[in-house]
Amino acid sequence: MQVVTLTLSGETLAVPTRMLHEILEPVPVTRVPRAGRFASGLINVRGAVIPLTDLRVALGMAQAAQDEHTRILVLDVPVAGEATTVAVIADRVLDVTEIDDAAMGDIPEVGMKWPPEFLSGIARTDAGFVILPDLERIYAASLANSTGTPQFEKDL
Amino acid sequence: MTGDEDADAVFLAEAADLQAAIERNLLNLDDAPDDRGLIDALFRDLHTLKGSGAMFGHAELAHFLHGFETAFEALRAPGGRAGAALIRVALTACDQIGALLADPVAASPGNGPILEALAAALGGQDAAGSPSGEGWRIVFGLGPDALGLGLNLPALLEELQALAPGRVQVDCDLSELPPLDALNPQAPPIRWTVLIGAPVAREAVDEVFLFLQDQLRLSIEPLGDAPAPVAEEAPDTARATPEKRAAGPGDHATMRVATQRLDEIMDRVGELVIAESRLHDLSQSLRDPTLMAVAEDIRRLASGMRETTMSIRMVPIGNLFGRFRRLVHDLSQQLGKPIEFVSTGGETELDKTVIEVLTDPLVHILRNAADHGLETAEDRVAAGKPRMGTVSLTATHAGAEVHIRIHDDGRGLNDERLRARAIERELLPPGSTVAGPDLYRLIFEPGFSTAATVTELSGRGVGMDVVRSAIQGLRGQIDVDSEPGHGTTVTLRLPLTLAIADGLLVEVGGERYSIPVSAVEECVELPPDLLASEGRSNFLDIRGELVPFLRLADVFQAPGPRSQFQKVVIVSGTNGRVGLVVDRIVSNAQTVIKQLSRVHAGLKAFSGATILGDGKVALILDIGHLISLGRRLEDRVRILEGAA
Repeated sequence: MQVVTLTLSGETLAVPTRMLHEILEPVPVTRVPRAGRFASGLINVRGAVIPLTDLRVALGMAQAAQDEHTRILVLDVPVAGEATTVAVIADRVLDVTEIDDAAMGDIPEVGMKWPPEFLSGIARTDAGFVILPDLERIYAASLANSTGTPQFEKDL
Repeated sequence: MTGDEDADAVFLAEAADLQAAIERNLLNLDDAPDDRGLIDALFRDLHTLKGSGAMFGHAELAHFLHGFETAFEALRAPGGRAGAALIRVALTACDQIGALLADPVAASPGNGPILEALAAALGGQDAAGSPSGEGWRIVFGLGPDALGLGLNLPALLEELQALAPGRVQVDCDLSELPPLDALNPQAPPIRWTVLIGAPVAREAVDEVFLFLQDQLRLSIEPLGDAPAPVAEEAPDTARATPEKRAAGPGDHATMRVATQRLDEIMDRVGELVIAESRLHDLSQSLRDPTLMAVAEDIRRLASGMRETTMSIRMVPIGNLFGRFRRLVHDLSQQLGKPIEFVSTGGETELDKTVIEVLTDPLVHILRNAADHGLETAEDRVAAGKPRMGTVSLTATHAGAEVHIRIHDDGRGLNDERLRARAIERELLPPGSTVAGPDLYRLIFEPGFSTAATVTELSGRGVGMDVVRSAIQGLRGQIDVDSEPGHGTTVTLRLPLTLAIADGLLVEVGGERYSIPVSAVEECVELPPDLLASEGRSNFLDIRGELVPFLRLADVFQAPGPRSQFQKVVIVSGTNGRVGLVVDRIVSNAQTVIKQLSRVHAGLKAFSGATILGDGKVALILDIGHLISLGRRLEDRVRILEGAA
């Protein structure tokens, strides 16, 4: 599986390249009032209005300030069965690489820093562990409470 | 998409047009039963549809239409008259055409009963179905294209033989055949004479020639009878069709385009408008005369482009009127009330998406008008009104809006009953004296119905709230007015298009938001004594009326600093009015509306977003939601005051 790797608060994550549209430098963000911290903004990607989301909120990671390495990944994710274009913040985009199935490990039941239901796998690579977030699940959960804050923001 | 699918899509679109024309002419015929022109037009359309249906492989449809056409034959005879009963059955037959187009397999079992009912409605003038006592004499020659179009002569002759096995005699007349070198093998001048010496139904014979009438020079005569007048009909109709084509009104040089492509063009134009606006801002700030001249040219072109594109998407609302005429006709039958339907302004154009969404709400309103609004004929006479009730539908342009007014001359709304019902449903406090439009507005609340009895048509209390949400979804408004004894008027005010709207750009705590201009009533200064957020009162005195207001900076938890001189934008919708407190009114600009994604679909306060001249995104406020927020505030204050 070809993936693009990125870092979020010190961890390495991987997103399949088949979902990836493009990678942007930071652009002006319009805050969406009362939308919660996960999908807190909107950006203009060549005339289209795209929601800007932060996986750190879903995965319970600390949010960091933007710097010169910050990038925005534009992805196509099925949200509730409908292909939706979303943007995701990355602290830094690393590489495009191949992860073979043999490197994929099971998600340990205990001792995990991250909510296991939002991960689709963990891969062992030369550079260390790579987390594969389950984007479809994460976005579905963000809709679960349609009136405001997604479920996973309640205990934060 | 393959060529075949394309062709079939074109056929289906044309068939729908023809079906609409047939329905329209049937309804016209109901008003003028002796009009020969209408009867002829009906026949032409039936025939054209039959022909193209057969060509595009809709055999069931062609077969049914053949029966329809044949059963209607008697009308063409001198003195033929279309009675109301016949029109009713014919309208059902017209619906059957639609059903056959949609799903031939499921719909075809309905053919037989309808054709029988048609024949029965013609009251014994059974021109078509009667078997001849003697048999038939069929003479046919080949049309110029017959063999080229794949006519299978042996199969045809076999089929005729099968009608009366052993009693069919075929003669072939070769006397006109030229020498071989002069012969056109595509159309040899050969004539066949077929004698069927048995009492076979005319229908059965016609069926053999069903798809061949245009290819053959055909005559069918009963044996031993005087020649039937029907026999020469086929070439006649065939000629009439192209004439109608040439003369048909509105049949200009047109082409059909997939609506998706129009939507794509609209998106591109939307982006162009945004880019143009950025260029304009840039040229203004650089003050370079050459750049400014180019920017001015681009502005002109972009605005021309936008207008042309929008006009492509515009559809005359008259397309819907035909359907409503039918609806009122059927309602009149079902309710046993004589109703006249008057429509004006059919040429008024609206965005196609608006038209699509508008159909169901209008059906609801018309049903209500016919069922609840109009009295029975006896009550009307007793009240000194004409027996026949009138329901009118009027469409007019008013600036950037289209107004659609549905009026009935019935009994009007009963204020007493409405108020009682509203208090019972806790929509009004006990003892309320609300009257007029403010009271009538409540009929759009869910579950609100004052009908004493629930009829098949209306009175279940569903419907009117659906109407309201559909109209609000179109960013439109509904007004209801009524005069006791003189009827009720419902007015829908709709934007011309959904893709672009005028927006009032405002600043709230350092952020910018767009308010639909169509909802804005006025802008006023926030009185200094109300500036402080802690102020207890959240009401504004607008010429003696108290209007609740919302501090948008608080509602949106805006991070930026607030202005010292705040403005209030008063907006109104179908559910009331509210004041929106903003820091600054920035500008009035055309906005290209973008829907919010699934991720933000749960946010009720915003109806969409737009991209501003500087490329940033601004949210568009959902006025209906903010007004209901304001009303909740009002309720809370009322409760607090009640407790104090």
